[in-house]
Amino acid sequence: MIKPILVFGYGNLSRGDDALGPLLLDYIEKHCDLSKIELLTDFQLQIEHALDLEHRSLVLFVDASVACINRCDFSPLTAARDKSYTTHAMSPAAVLAVYVSIKKQAPPPCFLMSIKSESMELGAGLSSAAENNLQQACLFVKQLLQQPTLNHWLQQTSY
Amino acid sequence: MYSHLETAKNPENLKRVVVDPVSRVEGHGKVTLLLDADNKIQQARLHIVEFRGFERFIQGRPYWELPVLVQRLCGICPVSHHLAAAKAIDQLVGVDPENLPISADKLRRLLHFGQVLQSHALHFFHLSSPDLLFGFESDISQRSIMAVLAAYPDLALQGVKLRKYGQEVIRMVSGKRIHGTGAIAGGMNKSLSKAERDYLLEDIDQIIVWAAASVTLIKTVHESNLPYFDDFATIPTNYMGLIQPDGALELYHGGLRAKNAQGQTIMDHVDYCHYNDYIHEEVRSWTYMKFPYLLSLGQDDGWYRVGPLARINNCDFIKTPQAEAARITFKAHSPGAMVHSTLAFHWARLIELLHCAEAIKELLHDPDIMGLDLVAKGEKRYEGVGVIEAPRGTLFHHYQVDENDIVTKANLIVSTTSNNRAMNESVRQVAAEYLSGRELTEPLLNNLEVAIRAYDPCLSCATHAMGKMPLQLELMDANGQLIDKLVKHSNGQIERLA
Repeated sequence: MIKPILVFGYGNLSRGDDALGPLLLDYIEKHCDLSKIELLTDFQLQIEHALDLEHRSLVLFVDASVACINRCDFSPLTAARDKSYTTHAMSPAAVLAVYVSIKKQAPPPCFLMSIKSESMELGAGLSSAAENNLQQACLFVKQLLQQPTLNHWLQQTSY
Repeated sequence: MYSHLETAKNPENLKRVVVDPVSRVEGHGKVTLLLDADNKIQQARLHIVEFRGFERFIQGRPYWELPVLVQRLCGICPVSHHLAAAKAIDQLVGVDPENLPISADKLRRLLHFGQVLQSHALHFFHLSSPDLLFGFESDISQRSIMAVLAAYPDLALQGVKLRKYGQEVIRMVSGKRIHGTGAIAGGMNKSLSKAERDYLLEDIDQIIVWAAASVTLIKTVHESNLPYFDDFATIPTNYMGLIQPDGALELYHGGLRAKNAQGQTIMDHVDYCHYNDYIHEEVRSWTYMKFPYLLSLGQDDGWYRVGPLARINNCDFIKTPQAEAARITFKAHSPGAMVHSTLAFHWARLIELLHCAEAIKELLHDPDIMGLDLVAKGEKRYEGVGVIEAPRGTLFHHYQVDENDIVTKANLIVSTTSNNRAMNESVRQVAAEYLSGRELTEPLLNNLEVAIRAYDPCLSCATHAMGKMPLQLELMDANGQLIDKLVKHSNGQIERLA
């Protein structure tokens, strides 16, 4: 049975602030009712993750971001062929575009939770700033998941 | 050979062109070209421009953490590092490969076949098929999986599902797609349940059909572009990899075999625990990546290639029937004993993908994968070496521990490092044969990237860095004045700044 809500936190636990996505999943696992929520993690986004979006009613991507404007930003996603092909990692928008290409239909409503990060050195721990940002993001996502409707999530977006 | 293009005689009088970074590979590398006034290439180098030590990351940790810890070295081949580390720490707990419980051995092989399958699918369908289907000098907007999805939707979907299936094999065997703890010192921590086995069996016949179709496709692409595909970036080299005792293709465990460009054996069935007696590494001042070579042949002649092309060249046969038939066809297409075409890496890679699919099916029908005898024990040792054929080639993990089981020394030779000299030679061949004397354009420079990409290099693994830099192409005149500059941003947008 596929759960209607997918929370996909991606990043590498051993690369400093890149761990923010997976660490947020740890928080959700401990503090949220998972009866309708599936948690998924990976190092980075890839083409096959488009198939993980099937049969969902809401999807939340969670990632560390050095470009994040605020301590954390919550925004809706649209499919985009953004040419993020120069590395093995894809953007969430590109994964949605793969979904559109292979399923010939619009993806489920997808959102991105960006958490501001500083450095992603191999072997480094979480920076203190990122740790604070993570706390804020965890509380925000917990509140989101208590009311998992499209309208509510749209009202919570940063922009 | 094109070694004369490694260092120009008068570099100060030459124009400099930089391809930075090489795209659709993992990590950050750049190519520099030095041209004379007639645009003739005088020097070509593949540089690795970042460095961070894996060994430092590993030292000081208890050995039992290694199979999980090393997965985080690389997001592309975590299972390969996981299994190489597991094989090394088997020895630390006194368990040699022949003493590993049969169920644990087969589960590790199943895990490894899943990893190689998904990695090869990613490389071909996502990273290389745009070049192969649309042409090396096609418009940059076409060189992506998105364009393949639009023009060849069925093919692209097969690529997505092949990759997904490999990930599912990993998930079933290790418990998770990543960070799984399938392999532990002396064995495995779980076997496959009947439900998990049946789940994987549901799709395996379709996976084999798609894998076979991909071999047919690459054969067609390769043969329809002869002699170009046979000549492009092609260099006669030595080849090295693991081999089974009877000479069959081996990905998980075997002895080391090396052959020269004529197919003559340099070494065979060598115990990899003694790799230091056979392989040394040298350094060059202009790159952070080392240059391994076979000690018996010396620095100048002992460099070699690893990975799919090396494995298919080196083996006497493949034990799964469809892959063996494909291997015979592959070898027959070349008149020599060895296939040296660098673009044949793709063909060899897909033969291996087919082999993995067939081997997964065989293992899923083997009751040993549901066995419960999973861990062996022995007497503690202070040193362990684990070697595996990762998707990109032979991967060495070597550890020493103290009396408190803390890692005191670690040495890793990753596949891309072994291919370093060969990638440089391929770059020089392309530069000399296809670029020299022509006006340089972005599509033309993609030829250099095509040559590097054939090796499926993981520069993150080779240099321990993450790649996220934009591409920058600078053209300077003989006086060092910038006369043209193209920048490819990380989102793929091209901008002319001169």
